[in-house]
Amino acid sequence: MQTTEHPAAPLRLDADALSAWRDRRQTFARADAASRKSALDRSARHLRQQVLHTIHAAGLGHVGGDLSVADILTTLFEGVMTLDPQRPDWEERDRFILSKGHCAAALYGTLAACGFFSAERLAHFAADLSPLNGHPNRNKIPGVETNTGPLGHGLPVGVGCATAAQMAGQAWRTYVVLGDGELQEGSNWEAAMYAAHRKLDNLVAIVDRNRLQQGLPTEETNTLEPLADKWRAFGWQVHEVDGHDTAALYEAFTTPHPGQPRAVIAHTVKGKGVSFMENGVEWHHKVPSDAQYQAALAELGEA
Amino acid sequence: MSKADNSVGFDCRQAFADELTALAAADPRIVAVCNDSVGSSNLGGFRKAYPDRVINVGIAEQNMVGVAAGLANGGYKPFVCAASPFLTGRALEQIKADIVYAGFPVVLCGMSPGMAYGELGPTHHSIEDLAWMRATGDLTIAVPADPAQTRAVLRFAAASEKPIFLRVGRHKVPAVMPDDTAFTPGHAHVLREGSDVTLLAIGTMVSRALAAADHLAAEGVQARVINACSVKPLDEALVLTAARQTRGLVTVEEGVLHGGLGSAVAELLAQQHPTPMRMLGVDRLAPTGSTNFLLAHFGLTDDGIARAARELLAGTAR
Repeated sequence: MQTTEHPAAPLRLDADALSAWRDRRQTFARADAASRKSALDRSARHLRQQVLHTIHAAGLGHVGGDLSVADILTTLFEGVMTLDPQRPDWEERDRFILSKGHCAAALYGTLAACGFFSAERLAHFAADLSPLNGHPNRNKIPGVETNTGPLGHGLPVGVGCATAAQMAGQAWRTYVVLGDGELQEGSNWEAAMYAAHRKLDNLVAIVDRNRLQQGLPTEETNTLEPLADKWRAFGWQVHEVDGHDTAALYEAFTTPHPGQPRAVIAHTVKGKGVSFMENGVEWHHKVPSDAQYQAALAELGEA
Repeated sequence: MSKADNSVGFDCRQAFADELTALAAADPRIVAVCNDSVGSSNLGGFRKAYPDRVINVGIAEQNMVGVAAGLANGGYKPFVCAASPFLTGRALEQIKADIVYAGFPVVLCGMSPGMAYGELGPTHHSIEDLAWMRATGDLTIAVPADPAQTRAVLRFAAASEKPIFLRVGRHKVPAVMPDDTAFTPGHAHVLREGSDVTLLAIGTMVSRALAAADHLAAEGVQARVINACSVKPLDEALVLTAARQTRGLVTVEEGVLHGGLGSAVAELLAQQHPTPMRMLGVDRLAPTGSTNFLLAHFGLTDDGIARAARELLAGTAR
């Protein structure tokens, strides 16, 4: 990736990328289910490649979780959410919050694919004074709704967004992606309780259930199971899916859930798509060597 | 010497509630966010007028502050109303990340701050709030001294595009500010001129500093009294002027000495105009007791302030 811009330069709309994203969205809207799935899978593969470029160039990042969440992000931004990258502050846009903010590289790749800014700027991920911080910052990055990084913050903010839409009688929806490990933070359950109390049927929480946290498997750290039962007990409608099946994700994100918030438990594989990273706890934030980077790209195929 | 009688005067929560309800009438974006604190925040009237604009998340402060950020994202103007020890302590990281760092114009209203809940013990004292909030990024901090100033801070906050933390006092205070007083960040008010010593106070301590100045005047000592409501940003020019024109400063606050108003003044003067100081406040977790007992225990009375001024002057040559 080459760019002539200064790392600290503000991010600007990428008209070409925006145009391409709009074309994909129009095609998507007219396509049959099989074509939709192949389009989402293609975009997800591209995002995974982008994540590897970004993290390899920066020399840091959280590659395992970036790869596990790639199909979720792609399905939302390529197929589900109502957005206008030309107007990131449009009042009635859908809101997306990446509560697992350490997977910023995957989010930035997704936003660049929508044209919020040029993919060339991904070369500045986590560079000194770059707007593309190691964790998302809404004041620097168009398309980012709130600042995340400390775990357990995204769902309360998402509940606030969904409450705002409910109070205003507006149709926009809020999607929050949570890491499974971060469900150990109690603030999530404060928010979960209140979301059900308010009957926020405009809110979807998506759990990237890759079963690994920074140091160990979740179940060896602080047992999350039975996870679906926990959400149900808090008053949520639960939808469990294969988190790498974009057709299943699309259905889970678009089927109405009147009177209740929805929790989508997306069963995923940390490091998905790169055999030697899959299910390896060390790939939480290990950076691939040059040889590993090339091997990973080869596995993911050509762009 | 007469002691200032703090069993009479005004509970700033009533002014807070009345002004917030009036502001909400003019601005449909205004909502109150609380943690089962409708009663303790005196929001009954607001709820009666605008039942759908009270977001009561229950006893869940982290969620409360996060929800306020989300409401701001969605176009509302949230006033978070909760007992100050729990708002600032329990939700400190949410205040840092979701409000200040994210830059949402949320109004954080710390109710019953200082040692207003004296009898309930150190868990319910909010003496650390100013230190915590001062350390947290670009957050305006206001400690109004009376009902009129409480109203003024609210009017400012309603129009502000930045986050603000204010203390809303429960302990009764006399009126010390004119009804039409305005709040401007970084602006302090000289309530009494004097050339010997400066008494710089906030909140419940302002009326006591004025009473202390009366005592000192009877002894021939002219004390300047400053209401430093804007703790952050501090009115640096006014503090420096006082440092140059008087022989020293006494800071007075109902809070810890480590990081509050006195610290802010000391940080400024140490670097720009070293000046003799006495800092009155709380230097440990406070014991349990009535508010008036605790204030006296830490010398936060008119007598205590006058004594500190005398000691300061005794130690400085003119």
